[in-house]
Amino acid sequence: MRTMIRLAVAAGAAAAFAASIGAALGESTADEIAKYREALQDGNPAELWEARGEQMWKVPRGPNKVSFERCDLGLGPGVVKGAYAQLPRYFPDAKRVMDLETRLVWCMVQQQGMSEADALKNTFGNGSAKRSDLEALAAYVASQSQGIRMNVALDEPHVHDMYRLGEKMFYYRGGTHDFACATCHGDDGKRIRLQDLPNLTKVEGAQKAYTTWPAYRVSQGELRTFQWRLNDCFRQQRFPELAFGSDASIALTAYLAGRANGAAYAGPAIKR
Amino acid sequence: MADPMKIRANLVGDSTEVKVLMSHEMETGQRKDAQGKTIPAWFIQKVNVTHNDKVVLAAQWGPAVSKNPFVSFTFKGGARGDKVKITWVDNHDDSRTDEATVA
Amino acid sequence: MRTRIVGHCIGGIAAIGIAASIVYGCASAPAENDVSERAEAMMKSSFKAHGQATLARLDQDETQRVCSEYAGRALPPAVAERIEKANLETIRYPADGNLVGDWKSGEKIAQSGQGFQYSDDPKKAAGANCYACHQLSPKELSYGTIGPSLYRFGKTRGYTDETRRYAWQKIYNAEAFAACSNMPRFGYHHILTEQQIRDVVALLVDPASPVNQ
Repeated sequence: MRTMIRLAVAAGAAAAFAASIGAALGESTADEIAKYREALQDGNPAELWEARGEQMWKVPRGPNKVSFERCDLGLGPGVVKGAYAQLPRYFPDAKRVMDLETRLVWCMVQQQGMSEADALKNTFGNGSAKRSDLEALAAYVASQSQGIRMNVALDEPHVHDMYRLGEKMFYYRGGTHDFACATCHGDDGKRIRLQDLPNLTKVEGAQKAYTTWPAYRVSQGELRTFQWRLNDCFRQQRFPELAFGSDASIALTAYLAGRANGAAYAGPAIKR
Repeated sequence: MADPMKIRANLVGDSTEVKVLMSHEMETGQRKDAQGKTIPAWFIQKVNVTHNDKVVLAAQWGPAVSKNPFVSFTFKGGARGDKVKITWVDNHDDSRTDEATVA
Repeated sequence: MRTRIVGHCIGGIAAIGIAASIVYGCASAPAENDVSERAEAMMKSSFKAHGQATLARLDQDETQRVCSEYAGRALPPAVAERIEKANLETIRYPADGNLVGDWKSGEKIAQSGQGFQYSDDPKKAAGANCYACHQLSPKELSYGTIGPSLYRFGKTRGYTDETRRYAWQKIYNAEAFAACSNMPRFGYHHILTEQQIRDVVALLVDPASPVNQ
């Protein structure tokens, strides 16, 4: 019996990656990183989160025993196909612009009867001891927009306003290190250490970055949502903590998602 | 109870290509938590794959394999509708078996 | 000094914290200033203090405010000059006049990104994380490119008093030379201690430092 085996071994791949950098300096460094990324593409554990989220979507939940099939993400109750590509959007029932995660929490509280504290218990998971329902649900919903073009309704006045506020936030310098989002994401071809930085001030940069979240982070062994991405950027910016689902988090998401308009959604992706 | 595996089995020419994602922590036993306490080892040790009840792959794994491992392999033969069954057993003697149909 | 336009309207929004539902009542306010004010108020209600990272971190000084306002666009020369002059005046020098410390310690500081994040231990010394943005010692291959390469900083500029003084000033407050620079103001914000700045200066200007080989 002829059997060929290939294992995606993150630890081993990382070691090989480091060694290959040692061997290949300068311009070829980028090529080596590209090879490493390619090696990760084939088996994306994000699918494990998508599967868990899909199962959760259909099961009656909370004190009211209501499933997410009643949850309207903007395209009608229970409709997930293409929903992520149009978020954030304005929801008249909540009188608020919401991103995916905020809307999921809203459905848990308003429809399923969960307390807000319960709905927000594990916003960001950490291993099997602290699993996040929200991350799994977000992975599933986002996966249902694969190949669909981003189309955030920037002509809707509430969304447009959040977009403009998000733009201001993007350039807002503060803290002990004078950092703004633009400090690291305002120029082409830059990197921190060896990590490439998308230039989010350009449409192509915003498109490439936004359409790949949520993403499975190999270095954490976790699937992360865009709320997590923003939260952790601000931590590194030396800012206080961005509250989950806060207006500022939605404004910045609206700005970046809006700038990604026109690009096909390509997540949940896999990242280092 | 461990999460289900995600299995794809596709006929490519005269071979069957199998791709499997497993949900597992794969703790090495080498890491320490924030309090400095060693996190106990917890990883898959055995993987067994059968095609119509015949073993086509048997593997012994160690702690070097990543969290949420991905395995891809091909075996000669197979036909659409055949069953491919995968079992893993970890060092806690926990195990999980899932099955897929060759497409 | 902040320009307050239609203070009544802005105050109302800040108090409520959710801008979207009220903004149209303020449509007559001059657009850009209004958006800046509301963005700031929104941030203050959306961030929460976490450990050492208190909400005071969101309060901007004049340099941060002006640089934010220009949002990546080129600064008018007069504005840039004003920022640089004001920042130059903030630079303090060691009482003993000694600007150069130990490059080996400087290398460690340049490697470390610890410090001032809410996830960091505030009792541990902060690093400068120079390698995140700059090439320095050629032995370190994992360097960023947001800032220019500093390889052979001292060797190219000459091992002079002027070079040493410039290195000190630049680390202390980079905005004194490049208004709205991306580089943190390590002395001005007390990110590094006086001795740490000396050590990083040494990494740049000591002829024995790997940076100058």
